[in-house]
Amino acid sequence: MLSTSTVRVLAALAGAEFRRYATYRQATFAGAFTNTVFGFVRCYTLLSVAAVTGQMAGYDPAQLVTFVWVGQGLLAVVNYWGQQELPERVRTGQVVADLLRPVDLMATFVAADVGRAGHAMLTRFVVPVAVGLLAFDFYLPAHAWTYALFAVSVLLAVLVCTACRYLVALSAFWLLDVRGAQMVWLVASGAGSGLYFPITVLPDWLVLALWVGTPFPSLMQAPLDVLVERGGTGHGLLLVAGQVAWVLVLVALGRVVQARAVRRLVVQGG
Amino acid sequence: MIIQTSLLRKDFTVRKKAGRFRRTRTTVSAVDGVTLSVAEGEMLGYIGPNGAGKSTTLKMLTGVLTPSGGTVSVCGLTPVPQRIQLARRIGVVFGQRSQLWWDLPLAESFTLLRHIYRVPAADHAMRLKYCRSLLDLDEFLDTPVRQLSLGQRMRGELTAALLHGPKVLFLDEPTIGLDVLSKQAVRGFLGEVAAHGDTTVVLTTHDLADIEKLCRRLVVIDHGRVVHDGTLEELHATYRSKRRIVADLDASWPEGLTLPGAVVESVEGQRVTLTLEGATAGEVVARLAQAVPLRDLSVQEPEIEDVVARLYGQARE
Repeated sequence: MLSTSTVRVLAALAGAEFRRYATYRQATFAGAFTNTVFGFVRCYTLLSVAAVTGQMAGYDPAQLVTFVWVGQGLLAVVNYWGQQELPERVRTGQVVADLLRPVDLMATFVAADVGRAGHAMLTRFVVPVAVGLLAFDFYLPAHAWTYALFAVSVLLAVLVCTACRYLVALSAFWLLDVRGAQMVWLVASGAGSGLYFPITVLPDWLVLALWVGTPFPSLMQAPLDVLVERGGTGHGLLLVAGQVAWVLVLVALGRVVQARAVRRLVVQGG
Repeated sequence: MIIQTSLLRKDFTVRKKAGRFRRTRTTVSAVDGVTLSVAEGEMLGYIGPNGAGKSTTLKMLTGVLTPSGGTVSVCGLTPVPQRIQLARRIGVVFGQRSQLWWDLPLAESFTLLRHIYRVPAADHAMRLKYCRSLLDLDEFLDTPVRQLSLGQRMRGELTAALLHGPKVLFLDEPTIGLDVLSKQAVRGFLGEVAAHGDTTVVLTTHDLADIEKLCRRLVVIDHGRVVHDGTLEELHATYRSKRRIVADLDASWPEGLTLPGAVVESVEGQRVTLTLEGATAGEVVARLAQAVPLRDLSVQEPEIEDVVARLYGQARE
């Protein structure tokens, strides 16, 4: 278990990252605006598909609206495409400053990312969801506990994404230039997570393979399915349990890779 | 001894192209058997030409790089496996890197470091007050680090490295790129830190004025090996550095004139430069005044740069 003082250190790191993002006001506004514009594009596209049969891959139009707009809000919270600073710090040798602090590198990365996600939740999430609520008819959960389960699921989605991006970032210790690894991550995570469309439109065998074999659906499909109560509360709990499992697997993997990366470390630039 | 290394090595594998598809691998020893002992409170100058292995040694001492061989102990800890414990007891300033948060005001970086190093608020406030007065931090404490000048940032880096009261302070080229005033401020501050005697300082630099002003002991490294370990005076004695007398005359230098105990190095118009060879400056000046009419005269101490340049050159031969 984490000691109180460790929790305090991690909270301070998360708070600093929150304040740091709070200084990028124009970027926050531009990001929220872009997410909102694409919300309209995606929403009308999916609704036009659903208009033919009255549903799409098991989602009724109201569920699709919620799926799209809350997804647009979560995009920056989960942060698939966020700036990767760690690979750049490895490439330039700046990572040495991180390693000289009495805090674990992975814990620092995760704490900072939670701080960033907190800021995104209050800004980048709120704007598109509010606009979507004003412009369309949302599916609102039938049960109050769904909101609590959704909040837990979002936190787990952030942790899964952070752990995945940490692994991509650690590849810099071997590759130095992580653009290739990052491209693979962006394509796979986007298509396999429900970011572009609900993954249930894919063949059943592929959906099963994605849920069981990859962490991608845990990033977006899981929290959104929890929110639109697809399959009921039992199904929602199963999705959250799956997310917990992926967090555990990815954190363990991150620890192993980090230990190897630090062991083989060559600090660039003298 | 607060720092102890024995036959410390770091090898790197370098791949070279040897054909269209072939690569050859060679092993390069960046640090090649360095044995060092540094006592508590000592201020050590660690110098060497580019690529000599200074920064690599520092990175092994701080636990960032894993040694390829030998043993190392800092503050009684083995740096790599005990890196996190060691980090609490050491402070590090890399002149070309930053430990501050780029987008946050300096004061916030300091607060964050207080949490990270788990420093009691009173100790933190006391040390920050000390650094603020000595390094004149107040005018830019609320400025984001990205907007600071290099001199201001370096003053911030020094403060950041000292706020947790480290037992050992490692400084890797802390004056690189600084203007004269900032260099003076940094040196003055480090002099103060050294005078307290409770912090051991290891200083790596290319600016030998830093060493002259701050360090009694000097370790010179080249090609990963220690080529000198001793005081500055011992360095001068070993390499027989010589003092010079530069004299402006009221007449031309008489052709063929020799002075016992000195060698004529150069004659330019009515200015003559003599190198002392076994005689004192007083003796040579007296003989010079008898031989030619003098207008002005100065005695120049040997330049550490010259000695070190000769030392680097010898080590490469």
